[in-house]
Amino acid sequence: MRGWRFFLPLGIFALFLGIAGYQLTQPKDDFVHSTMIGRPMPEFAMRPASPDRPGLSLADLKDGTPKLLNIWASWCIPCAAEAPQLAALKAQGAPIVGVAIRDRPEDVAAFLARYGNPFDRIGADDLSELQLAIGSSGVPETFVIDGDGIIRYQHIGDIRASDVPMLMEKLREAGR
Amino acid sequence: MIAELGLAALWMAAALAALQLAAGFLAARQDDAEIAILVRPAAVVQGVLCAFAFAMLVWLFARTDLSVKLVAMNSHSDKPLVFKLAGAWGNHEGSMLLWVTVMSAAGALIALVERRLPDRTMQATLAAQGFVALGFYAFLLFSSNPFERLPIPALEGNGLNPLLQDIGLAFHPPTLYLGYVGLSVAFSFAVGALLTRQVTPDFARAMRPWVLGAWIFLTVGITAGSYWAYYELGWGGWWFWDPVENASLMPWLAATALLHSASVLAARDALRAWTIMLGVVAFSMSMVGTFLVRSGILTSVHAFAVDPERGTFILVLLAIYIGGALAVFGLRAGSVAEGGKFEAVSREGALVINNVLLSAILGVVLLGTLYPLLTEAMGVRVSVGPPYFDPVGAIFVVPMLLVMLVGPLLRWRQDRLARVRRSAIIGMVAVLAGLLLAIALGAGVLPTLGIALGAGLAVASVLPLKGRRLRRVPLATRGMVTAHLGIAVALLGMASESAFSEERLAAIKVGQQASVGPWQVTLAAVDPVAGPNWTALEGVMLASYDGGAPIELHPQARSFWSPPQETTESALATRWNGQLYAVLGKAADGERWQVRLWWKPFVTLIWYGGLLVALGGLLALLGRVRDDLRRRYVTRKAAERREAAA
Repeated sequence: MRGWRFFLPLGIFALFLGIAGYQLTQPKDDFVHSTMIGRPMPEFAMRPASPDRPGLSLADLKDGTPKLLNIWASWCIPCAAEAPQLAALKAQGAPIVGVAIRDRPEDVAAFLARYGNPFDRIGADDLSELQLAIGSSGVPETFVIDGDGIIRYQHIGDIRASDVPMLMEKLREAGR
Repeated sequence: MIAELGLAALWMAAALAALQLAAGFLAARQDDAEIAILVRPAAVVQGVLCAFAFAMLVWLFARTDLSVKLVAMNSHSDKPLVFKLAGAWGNHEGSMLLWVTVMSAAGALIALVERRLPDRTMQATLAAQGFVALGFYAFLLFSSNPFERLPIPALEGNGLNPLLQDIGLAFHPPTLYLGYVGLSVAFSFAVGALLTRQVTPDFARAMRPWVLGAWIFLTVGITAGSYWAYYELGWGGWWFWDPVENASLMPWLAATALLHSASVLAARDALRAWTIMLGVVAFSMSMVGTFLVRSGILTSVHAFAVDPERGTFILVLLAIYIGGALAVFGLRAGSVAEGGKFEAVSREGALVINNVLLSAILGVVLLGTLYPLLTEAMGVRVSVGPPYFDPVGAIFVVPMLLVMLVGPLLRWRQDRLARVRRSAIIGMVAVLAGLLLAIALGAGVLPTLGIALGAGLAVASVLPLKGRRLRRVPLATRGMVTAHLGIAVALLGMASESAFSEERLAAIKVGQQASVGPWQVTLAAVDPVAGPNWTALEGVMLASYDGGAPIELHPQARSFWSPPQETTESALATRWNGQLYAVLGKAADGERWQVRLWWKPFVTLIWYGGLLVALGGLLALLGRVRDDLRRRYVTRKAAERREAAA
């Protein structure tokens, strides 16, 4: 070791400082994004989660119309918070289908009676099978599915009022 | 009043650290005897004040004084007393106070006992110690005040995270802290010696007990932490390559390398610059670890209360201390680099090879730990785990273990491999025997290597005692043999656990049976039980080993209510040849229970090995300290005799 080589540890350390310092200033993204974006939905057929709406299967998503697929549950509090936004999306003409995760029919009915029912169809995903298959790691999440059953976009967490125009835009893009 | 006393003591301690820095620096620079007499007392009083502040915090927790924010956030009047006390350091502010307390106590101890180094080096060392402590005082006082009062006292506390309400874990963090902070002493010695350019064997001898002490605590801390993760998390694993685990492993690796290179410096006056650099690196790893853990910059299963502002503070401290020390190293190392010469085949040669390999392993772990940080800056998220650490680490671990087989047998300065041929052959025979055994049992590649090298090392590690009268072997040598044997034992445990573990997941009704390995386990009952601040469902399992008389196991699924959290308490049945590990899961449906059983042959060797390593360190430490005291006594007697003669 001679001359500049004694400064090598300092150089490596400076590199670490730079990266760590940069990372500290970056907002931390703790979401687990789905790797299924751009891929087709898997084959599935779910029984109805609520007596007044039909269940959901892959064929229902491949009918040519892009849809919002909302992953939710009656036991999930943010799902109640996003109900007005789902209603707004519905009012603007977005077709919405729901997937109820690990839920009971009577709880689903009570939730829909209380917070409104924007769903055309609601499938019951009792073991989170579809949820895991499409790369969703929590409730609520909202996916944009195009008319061919391809997953186009994933929104993680509850839909805020400011997200409504963005989701309508994503839905329009999926229709093109 | 108690909180105010603690805070006042902390401020005064900080002022004394500033005095220690200024006086030490001026004394070392100008050789000013009048200022120099201030340095040691400043260090001692600082230590006393800081210990007082920490005692005040513990007292606040013992009384559950809910007008103090930290107590209200982390304690609860219903908690058992031992966990109330542990709550004092089971949180960010308290653990940082513990850190500076240990650090200033160590500084006080050096100031009191260390008489071997030249005065100027000693003053520079204490100045460096004061400088490092000052940063942590600033951190505590400006951004993490543990004595902050609430405007309105809380009615009840938040409680301590239930996972931490475990006697092992109450003492795991302080143990690691003692290790981290011991390395800060080595760091101060290194900086002091670098500033005065007095990198001598005496410097290595003065630093060595501190490194040894730190290393023992790190070894015990890692071993205990690993065992805690094993039985408390209920996942059956003992090491997860989690960033927080790596944060404790990296200082250990650096300290291990430092320990060995300091021995070379002490015995042969070689590896001067290298020892200094390892002294700086070992403490850097402690601080980098603290930074990674506390800033929340990496995702870890250890959910610490994280705060970017604190992260920034630690990063600034890192930049000042480590950046400063490495800059001084770059400027000064050239002038201390020359040291004693030695041949490639010699004790020093083997130690150098192992030092390089240990540093490479450290590099592998550091890269794996920081890699997610690097890729995230480029927008890619990755998670680095065993598929990287195990094989890449093995590339360097395997040659290191091979060198460990013969290294301790070689003589200092110059030796011939032919001289140790017979011992080497004995070691290689053991390696081959282990290899054949592992292949016969059908272990995987890495476990096979582990068993072969573990067997070889177990035999080779005791060979240095061959042909010597055991009572006349120095304590330090016995320590080395014990520690190397411990590495072999732990390695055998790891290999056996990963190669031969059997797992069984079953949903059974009460009265039904499941079997795993040589065990038959019957679920006899599931009963509700209650503890001081939790309720649990407790399974009563009758486990019989190979058809023998059944023993009762009581795994629990616990629910804590303050704060609300569920934990699993696994139940373990230990036999000489392994451990049965049982976890009670959730009710599968109306009447069946999920039961998870593992049979882990020889798994306990991992922790026994770790303890042997620590015991070896302890023997070496006792040996070194005894030698020092003896030498001091002899020098004093000689001086008295000279005086008497004069």
